[in-house]
Amino acid sequence: MSSHYEAPIRRPLIVGDKSYHDITVEVAAPVEGKANKLWWTAFIIALVAFLWGVGSIIYTIGTGIGVWGLNKTVGWAWDITNFVWWVGIGHAGTLISAVLLLFRQKWRMGINRSAEAMTIFSVVQAGLFPVIHMGRVWNAHFVLPLPNQFGTLWTNFNSPLLWDVFAISTYLSVSLVFWWTGLLPDFAMLRDRAVRPFQKKIYSLLSFGWSGRAKDWQRFEEVSLVLAGLATPLVLSVHTIVSFDFATSVIPGWHTTIFPPYFVAGAVFSGFAMVNTLLIIMRKVSNLEAYITVQHIELMNIVIMITGSIVGCAYITELFIAWYSGVEYEQYAFLNRATGPYWWAYLLMMSCNVFSPQFMWSKRLRTSIMFSFFISIVVNIGMWFERFVIIVTSLHRDYLPSSWTMFSPTFVDIGIYVGTIGFFFVLFLLYARTFPVIAQAEVKSILKSSGEQFKKLRDGNHE
Amino acid sequence: MSNKVIQAMYNDDDILMDAVKEVRAANHHIQEVYTPFPVHGLDKAMGLKGTRIAITAFIYGCIGFVFSIWMMNYMMIEQWPQDIGGKPSFSFIQNMPAFVPIMFEMTVFFAAHLMVITFYMRSKLWPFKEAENPDPRTTDDMFVMEVSVEGNEAELVSFLEKTGTVEIKVTEK
Repeated sequence: MSSHYEAPIRRPLIVGDKSYHDITVEVAAPVEGKANKLWWTAFIIALVAFLWGVGSIIYTIGTGIGVWGLNKTVGWAWDITNFVWWVGIGHAGTLISAVLLLFRQKWRMGINRSAEAMTIFSVVQAGLFPVIHMGRVWNAHFVLPLPNQFGTLWTNFNSPLLWDVFAISTYLSVSLVFWWTGLLPDFAMLRDRAVRPFQKKIYSLLSFGWSGRAKDWQRFEEVSLVLAGLATPLVLSVHTIVSFDFATSVIPGWHTTIFPPYFVAGAVFSGFAMVNTLLIIMRKVSNLEAYITVQHIELMNIVIMITGSIVGCAYITELFIAWYSGVEYEQYAFLNRATGPYWWAYLLMMSCNVFSPQFMWSKRLRTSIMFSFFISIVVNIGMWFERFVIIVTSLHRDYLPSSWTMFSPTFVDIGIYVGTIGFFFVLFLLYARTFPVIAQAEVKSILKSSGEQFKKLRDGNHE
Repeated sequence: MSNKVIQAMYNDDDILMDAVKEVRAANHHIQEVYTPFPVHGLDKAMGLKGTRIAITAFIYGCIGFVFSIWMMNYMMIEQWPQDIGGKPSFSFIQNMPAFVPIMFEMTVFFAAHLMVITFYMRSKLWPFKEAENPDPRTTDDMFVMEVSVEGNEAELVSFLEKTGTVEIKVTEK
């Protein structure tokens, strides 16, 4: 037992009297069991929203971008807001799976699988927006430097929008292989338990013939570590590059050097909120409370509190620098943001993102499941408004007062946004029923050090 | 010599680790160990060499970095230099700062994907590959050690029984 020592002061990450076999059974249960009414209800609602989104996308592509609420002054609004929002949400997954792996945080093991799934599904949603906004989606491959009939017609590598194409596609594809590599042993577990031949076939296919040899595990761990090392700077680069879309422009309110760290902190902030939203429901519905404990939720709330405060500092720094710069345009951009016609959006952003996470200083509130769920929703709303404020309020009063205007979304804007939320939940609900939602192999490897009954046994013995 | 192996099953990782050490100390050849999760220190106890997959990732990353430089130099500077926003593309070094993000992304892209592909190839993992674990329980809570039979079989079986195994099987490979 001494090789599994962990300080007694650390609270157990796996609650209850579990054996290796119990973990297998409990992780496989949602996959092997039948869906209940609640799942079907949620799935049908998500599917309807998704189909509404598909309809809105088809209408947009068939008719043109004119069906959106964009105008001559505000040429970027909900599409890019939703894009940045979804990409930001994705960041928590990589943070949990990569950064926490490098820091050897064992609590990541209960939540990393679902957080990574969330990353992949939300980056898929994000990717839809720039593609649809192209208008002629059938020319989407023009963003890649592909040889073509024009010979010398390449993409412009000076453009931050092209950097974004490379960043997002690298991020999506690397996250996907990271996720899948981790899934192999767990798919193998489902394969070896499957009773029905069809299920067995599917999971053998998905598990790539994983057998669990000692050499495979050795490579598996090394690959995970190196992927984590690569994904850590990658995730920071992705939102940095997303912020370059704005920061390298000359629009007052966008052209600021604080954007990269501020965007990354905001992304982690909103992502952790979304992980909390999803996992608080999933742990209940799938009976995984022993693996996704209140301690996990508490730790995520602390991350939300810290990143929320960083974002708050960034908002105030922006205001200060605008004033201190002495540049009239810059000053007006921020004055207009806070007190102009979109003051309500600014207020919503400030209260949801800076004020509401401060409740998490209280131990009682951050260990309350209902309250954590509530705050996670508030933060997601706040972070959507942050992007809306940055984008729309910086554009709607441009250089010529004669072209000052307001932006209002059409039903198509709303339809596509709601559609992506539906699509996201369709994917996540299907995932929750067919994938091992907890990295059970990794959880088994910490059972003896962080499992409740083993900790009790050890502390009782005074080793 | 036949390809006979003894499959000794264990239901605990600590017992397995001790068994692996004992079997090695007794100069028997462990062909393979199948475990449901990564048992730390098992590779060292078995005498496996360290993996070089991280080195390959470094090499792949270097390839990606060099490739991105070559690509952007060829497309932006050599083949059709343009004057974009008053910033002409006639010199790689002067335009280089704008290329840094993509140099970084390509480095990561090459390192990550080629390393994972190398891992899949070396460990023989791909779609439609048949699993080779000897017992379905090895992905659940069982640990199997395969020891090759050289010399007296009965003696080896009784030796392994003393290492805390819960099940023992002699098979042809």
